[in-house]
Amino acid sequence: MSTVARPTLDTRGKARTISTLAWWRRRSVRGNFGRAVATLVVAIGAIAVLFPVAWMLSTSLKTTDETAAIPIIWIPIQAQWQNYPDALTAQPFALYFRNTAIVTFTSLVGTLLSAALVGYGFARLRAPGRGFLFVLVLSTLILPPQVTVIPRFILFTKLHWVNTFAPLIVPAFFGAAFNIFLLRQFFMTIPRDMDEAAILDGAGYLQIWWRIMLPLSLPALGIVAIFHFIFSWNDFFDPLIYLNSNNVWTLSLGLAGFTASYGGSVYNLLMAATLVAVLPCIVLFFIAQRYFVQGIVVSGVKG
Amino acid sequence: MAIAVPRVRAISPRRGSLARREATAFYLFIAPWIFGFLVFTVGPIIASAYFSFTDYDIAHAPKWVGAANYQKLFSDPIFWKSITVTVHYAVLALPIGLVASIGLALLLNLKLPGLSVWRTIYYLPAVISGVAVALLWQLIFQPSFGILNVFLYTTFHIIGPQWQYDSTWVIPMFVIMSLWSVGGGMLIYLGGLQGIPTQLYEAAEIDGAGAWRRLWSVTLPMLSPVILFNLILGIIAVFTYFTNAFVMTQGGPNYASYFYLLSLYYNAFQFLKMGLASAQAWLFFLFVLILTVIVMKTSGRWVYYEGEQK
Repeated sequence: MSTVARPTLDTRGKARTISTLAWWRRRSVRGNFGRAVATLVVAIGAIAVLFPVAWMLSTSLKTTDETAAIPIIWIPIQAQWQNYPDALTAQPFALYFRNTAIVTFTSLVGTLLSAALVGYGFARLRAPGRGFLFVLVLSTLILPPQVTVIPRFILFTKLHWVNTFAPLIVPAFFGAAFNIFLLRQFFMTIPRDMDEAAILDGAGYLQIWWRIMLPLSLPALGIVAIFHFIFSWNDFFDPLIYLNSNNVWTLSLGLAGFTASYGGSVYNLLMAATLVAVLPCIVLFFIAQRYFVQGIVVSGVKG
Repeated sequence: MAIAVPRVRAISPRRGSLARREATAFYLFIAPWIFGFLVFTVGPIIASAYFSFTDYDIAHAPKWVGAANYQKLFSDPIFWKSITVTVHYAVLALPIGLVASIGLALLLNLKLPGLSVWRTIYYLPAVISGVAVALLWQLIFQPSFGILNVFLYTTFHIIGPQWQYDSTWVIPMFVIMSLWSVGGGMLIYLGGLQGIPTQLYEAAEIDGAGAWRRLWSVTLPMLSPVILFNLILGIIAVFTYFTNAFVMTQGGPNYASYFYLLSLYYNAFQFLKMGLASAQAWLFFLFVLILTVIVMKTSGRWVYYEGEQK
């Protein structure tokens, strides 16, 4: 047993000595030490996570020579703010921005509307076959859309929807399983007294849905909206397949095309364009953090 | 009117028509989903089953070829390569990601100071996804002046590998990248941890269980449904891994990062072999089905649901 003595105070303030092991065994000492180590590990990890983002910001303000300089230059000698307008005019990024916004917001309306309608049906209205249909909804939860991409592409080709936004927008109006599930769970927590009072007042189901359920479900609708926004804004696979001519490109396609046409020589401009492209998502994240945390927890634990 | 109260189960003369009205309303409300399910899910699954037995390039009518597409796939070394690549990535990324995200969640669950700050930082990469991430990491892994190799050289005097240009290092590169976004999983596990009743820990402590014992016998069993759910989603995510590989390597070098979905994409949209790609899509669909069944059947052995009768 270790015999290094440590002076310490007991509850009455009298000095006494205990062995290291006993000192270590004391709950508060061990707890504090453990928490200090844990905080250190978490902090180091957090720095590692922020590192690439800082690197992206730094690179976007460098001259071309500085991007490839060794040793690494973290703070450019003179911040090249001109990189931003240069990058954004090198390709029609304003157009890509507009296209992305159109796709994101229109499909957002469809996503909210359809998931709220279907979710309300499953939460409140009784009908034969409801249980079975709900199991079907859940079973599509893990079916990746890529499995069915080829027939969908053929269908949209036959409809002459390729090179339009329709393939990215129209399917959103028919309800995604996860959103239906999330809203249904939320609707079920709303007391039925509200609907019953409305029924006594002669309200129909659609009125109850619009006047009672939706206003009471704003937090849940917010979660669905935020996750859809992030997904749609960053989506690459579907735009890649359906949008070929670059006047309908979204930001993802524009960024990917930027490297293809300039190669690796203009990392500073590339990072400037990338930062501008992801900025709406980062801003949204900081504004609506609470919803993100809630949404993640609901999706993981209740799923 | 008593009949206006839906919870009343007693059969009244007007109960039948009211129930019918409610059922009609139900089907009207869920009509969008039924339509979408038939047109965008069931229809395509059946259609791709048919296309997988044909030779089809969209421009010409599909030509029936029997099982030729499947035979071609099974004898195609590049198809097997795409499976090997995907599995290779999965066996590295999934366990490492699982340990990292649970580990972080356990640490944050110690009621560390600044919890919301850490949560924000760790979740941030999930918001920046897609092409932006691929471009950023392409720069970080740039072999000659990328920050990673420069750091390795100046600090440890190690000459870093060629990463995306080296067939042995390209998969480890994607695994390292995947660690950047453990924050999403971490938040899920943190939510799960916070749902574990504290009495369980108190009881375990009274029984003399140490920290490790509590982790193995209380925390992990209680967390197992969440782990199961994330594992299924993780496996499916690996089989749909696309954007990073498409932007950074196009499947190269020498097919070393030719992920399953990448090979499906090239077959369908680059070479217009819709029949062959449909066969790949169908094999993937079967795989998801089998996976789900296996996990659900075996989960009883290692997943603990609270309130379960033994």
